[in-house]
Amino acid sequence: MENNICIAVSGLNATDNPGPGVPVARALRESKSFGNARLIGLAYENLEPGIYMPGIVDKTYQVPYPSVGSENLIKRIEYIHEKENIKVLIPNFDAELHAFINNEKRLKDIGIATFLPTIQQYEERHKANLPEFGKKYNVLVPKSMNITSANDIAKISSAFNYPVLIKGKFYDAYVAFNDEQAIMHFNKISSKWGVPIIVQEFIRGTEVNVIALGDGKGNTYAAVPMRKLYITDKGKAWSGISIDDEKLLELTHHIINSTKWRGGMELELIKTNDNKYYLLEINPRIPAWVYFAVGVGQNIPETLVKLALNMPVEPFESYDIGTMFIRYSWDLIVPMEKFQILSTLGEIEND
Amino acid sequence: MKLKQKLAISDSGFIFDPTTGESFSINQEGLTILQLLKEGKTEEEIKKIFLNEYDVDETVLDRSILDFISMLKNYNLIENGE
Repeated sequence: MENNICIAVSGLNATDNPGPGVPVARALRESKSFGNARLIGLAYENLEPGIYMPGIVDKTYQVPYPSVGSENLIKRIEYIHEKENIKVLIPNFDAELHAFINNEKRLKDIGIATFLPTIQQYEERHKANLPEFGKKYNVLVPKSMNITSANDIAKISSAFNYPVLIKGKFYDAYVAFNDEQAIMHFNKISSKWGVPIIVQEFIRGTEVNVIALGDGKGNTYAAVPMRKLYITDKGKAWSGISIDDEKLLELTHHIINSTKWRGGMELELIKTNDNKYYLLEINPRIPAWVYFAVGVGQNIPETLVKLALNMPVEPFESYDIGTMFIRYSWDLIVPMEKFQILSTLGEIEND
Repeated sequence: MKLKQKLAISDSGFIFDPTTGESFSINQEGLTILQLLKEGKTEEEIKKIFLNEYDVDETVLDRSILDFISMLKNYNLIENGE
């Protein structure tokens, strides 16, 4: 039965700020268990490339932004479910996670499984809560302070040594070398993402990332550490290499074990020259470079779907070290008719 | 002095450190030093081998080997604590 099930994925925005939907779908297409699954794309925008890419999703439905209200989003999912009989839903878009976590039971009751962190896990790993997270789980984190007004910038020099990082609650991070730059970044980020703004100690070292999957009981089912080799001006990995870092894997197992993390995650860390690891961020979902994990031997979306459906599955024990990924851009030629169908009907079957 | 155990050294002079993902290119002489270090030779033994094989002034050789080894340390290619 598993081969023909319907799986829905969002985050088809394979742009220069990519969502993970396209690589998640690609991973499922290559999966032995779900290669014949019907894949449904959930798109927020008509121009998300994954809608039109061949061989990715079978059909795409437009969905309303969660900012319109999560009720509208869930009702739309219920409508799609009536037509498609979705077995598993993999949300890949930051702003929708809250809505799907809060409606987990409602979705489960109609037969849609998800595999997401709990609301407590989701909240406590927030950038603004990182110092408490570090203390609670015995993980090194950079010193940080949340500020809500540009007037608080004056407090920076007494609490930190410049440079510092000025970060938005959800996105954006800039280095500031003095008060003036800090105020400039504060204004820029707060006008876009609101407050609080996080002022964070600048840790010198190499940025390393881990993609991982927890089963919600403390077990790590997948973990691949990667160092970014090329970073875009939006801070996204355009190229990376898998690394052999046992200490980093131990830390990943420790975090998943102590938080009992459920679902996909990405750890962003700084490794200092004296081999200390500072946790900068936990992204509570599969990251956009997930296909790289598939390429080195860990099909995380396949395992996540199996865990969501309570199917038997073994944790991954290894991956290929020293393998690289290089992302590229590609111009897709799209007949106007397809765009027109999606724009007017809100759904489109792919060829 | 011990080279990092997991260091991958190819005959073409391409060095890959799988623990950090860093890679380097070195010339033939650098490659010879790395291979000798990997065999467990000491700096003194490496110096003797070079003095036998190359027409090189000892002081210049001393400085070159010292420079090369500090570069290895700088790039974290030597086992910790060495």
